[in-house]
Amino acid sequence: MSQMTVIEAVRDAIRGEMRADPNIFIMGEDVAYRGGVFLATDGLVKEFGDARVMDTPLAESSLAGIALGAAVNGMRPIAEIQFADFVWPAINQVVGEAARVRYGTNGRKFAPLTVRVPYGGGVRGGLYHSQSIEVLFAHTPGLKVVAPSTPYDAKGLLISAIRDDDPVIFLEHKKTYRLVRGEVPDEPYTEPIGKADVKREGGDITVITYGLMVHYVLQAAEELARADGVNALVMDLRTLRPLDRESICAAARHTGKVLVVQEDTPAVSVSSEVLAIIAEEAFFDLDAPVMRFGPPELPAMPFSPVQEAAYMPSPEKILAAMRRLAAM
Amino acid sequence: MASRTKATSGKSGKTSKSGDQAASNGTGTSTGYSKDQLLEMYRQMYLIRQFEVACGENYARGLIRGFLHLYIGQEATGVGTIAPLNDDDYIVTHYRDHGHAIARGLDVNRSMAELFGRKTGLSKGKGGSMHLFDAAKKFMGGHAIVGGQLPLALGLAFSQKYLDTKGVTVCYFGDGSTNQGLYHETLNLAAVWKVPMLFVLENNGYGMGSAVERVRAGSPDFYTDVEKYGIEAAVVDGMDVIAVREATEQAVKRLRAGDGPLFIEAKTFRYVGHSYADGQKYRGSEEIDEWRKRDPVEVYPQMLVKRDIATQKEIDDLKAAVDEEVVAAVKFAEESPQPDPDELFDDIYA
Repeated sequence: MSQMTVIEAVRDAIRGEMRADPNIFIMGEDVAYRGGVFLATDGLVKEFGDARVMDTPLAESSLAGIALGAAVNGMRPIAEIQFADFVWPAINQVVGEAARVRYGTNGRKFAPLTVRVPYGGGVRGGLYHSQSIEVLFAHTPGLKVVAPSTPYDAKGLLISAIRDDDPVIFLEHKKTYRLVRGEVPDEPYTEPIGKADVKREGGDITVITYGLMVHYVLQAAEELARADGVNALVMDLRTLRPLDRESICAAARHTGKVLVVQEDTPAVSVSSEVLAIIAEEAFFDLDAPVMRFGPPELPAMPFSPVQEAAYMPSPEKILAAMRRLAAM
Repeated sequence: MASRTKATSGKSGKTSKSGDQAASNGTGTSTGYSKDQLLEMYRQMYLIRQFEVACGENYARGLIRGFLHLYIGQEATGVGTIAPLNDDDYIVTHYRDHGHAIARGLDVNRSMAELFGRKTGLSKGKGGSMHLFDAAKKFMGGHAIVGGQLPLALGLAFSQKYLDTKGVTVCYFGDGSTNQGLYHETLNLAAVWKVPMLFVLENNGYGMGSAVERVRAGSPDFYTDVEKYGIEAAVVDGMDVIAVREATEQAVKRLRAGDGPLFIEAKTFRYVGHSYADGQKYRGSEEIDEWRKRDPVEVYPQMLVKRDIATQKEIDDLKAAVDEEVVAAVKFAEESPQPDPDELFDDIYA
């Protein structure tokens, strides 16, 4: 076991898998000699050489398409999109092509491709370096979408993503990269894609979330228990497609009161889907209307630190929402 | 304008090739500019340099946050290309946008306040460093998506032609953006529609940490490719403000006469990292030192003095005034109020 940050866990997962499987390579803007803009791939070019750790030009559509082509021929590419905000030119290749390979070839071909996408705000990134882009991918059948929150989950889920025979969008929250530390086994291991994880047990209310918000919700939950004596069950979705319907409904039934917290704007989002599942399958076990909490419906995250703080969900704002739910 | 040929005499006149020491910084040419014009170009370059230095200092102080991309080293390109423009002309640029904003005459105080994220900023703090914007100056923003500004500029130029405004659109982009499909899409349609658009490639040799030759096939020159789209192109020493201005004047004149689009490749360099956080592990200091020898902010005023265009005292006085202006801008930004959280909801829909 070692203490690692999220970004160290990401690097550790890639390094271990590349040692084990020569068909794995990583490509992206400045991933080789600069080690990636966040240093996720720092040092990898030294160990594996620039035929397996490849700098590509600023051309996301080509990056995704090339990775897809290589994947269809049996390789296991890892494509790094520098910032989630830059992923849109790759949509044709990911949503339009990668998601449909298996379906469109009657299962004769498939695309074991991992697209790593650093996303999320709270880093003063402003309008074009802060976005949450998960919804479009999570909406697309044929893709898997993974969003870990801890170093342990990041390593185990990234290894699962690389070994998975279908395209996986792997979302890494930028703010968790160096903020969150934890125990990580040194050897490779997998965590299952499609399984949520209860990060805190509790019997009074259920809070379902993912990404950076897991940590904010956990902070709020401790304060709620300390100050109000209300115990929250905190569920980390970890995978946004396919959603873990069974665990979501079990958690909803356990307390009868559900709040979904997310950093992305709420309308037509992951929380919409989670609450639809609960309404479909656990409605008669609820003791209160379902609730959700997210940022205001704005086109982008403003740059000004004051406005960014006003936009971003925080432990304090989440605590207030949890108190409203608990009082119902 | 010259195309294909390496020497760039052609119709663009005195543009000089990068590395041509004799002609750089105007030392080998007799300029047709007045003393006021020559000094104003220096004032702007020095102002940009000092503004950028102040940005770096205030980033280190924690007063500027987020991503900060400095224009240090590229000042002559921004100043030389903007000097010939008038009020009808649009400017669209990339995220390394402070230099263009200052050369266009955007308010220095409000620009600095925008970087600080304050209410008095050009975009009331919503945009920050990468998104300086001033509609009144037809300064249509820094754009953070690499290459994303190119079709937007084409749209502006298209509408200028359609509306017959006589204006031109100048679009800045870096060598990194030429790998985006949008670059080629925009060149193609600009040529098909013959719009009054000036493509200004600021080739500083690096797309973030990737040297041009590591991600580009064929020649390190871009201007030679562009004629395949039927667009005439020139190459100019981007460290030589006079050469840049002369090339741009020729181009803008032709664009106003309906002879567009046109393309200028300015060979330039940033002495600093891609962003403030970039430690430049991907290149050696010798290369930076070599370019610094031709630093326009250093070499150009020496030329003015040497050729008796200005006295050293005039240069020193001008520098002192700019230094004060930058100190005042930082003070203005620092003392400006934070935006109201309520302003979050302004300007979402009509």
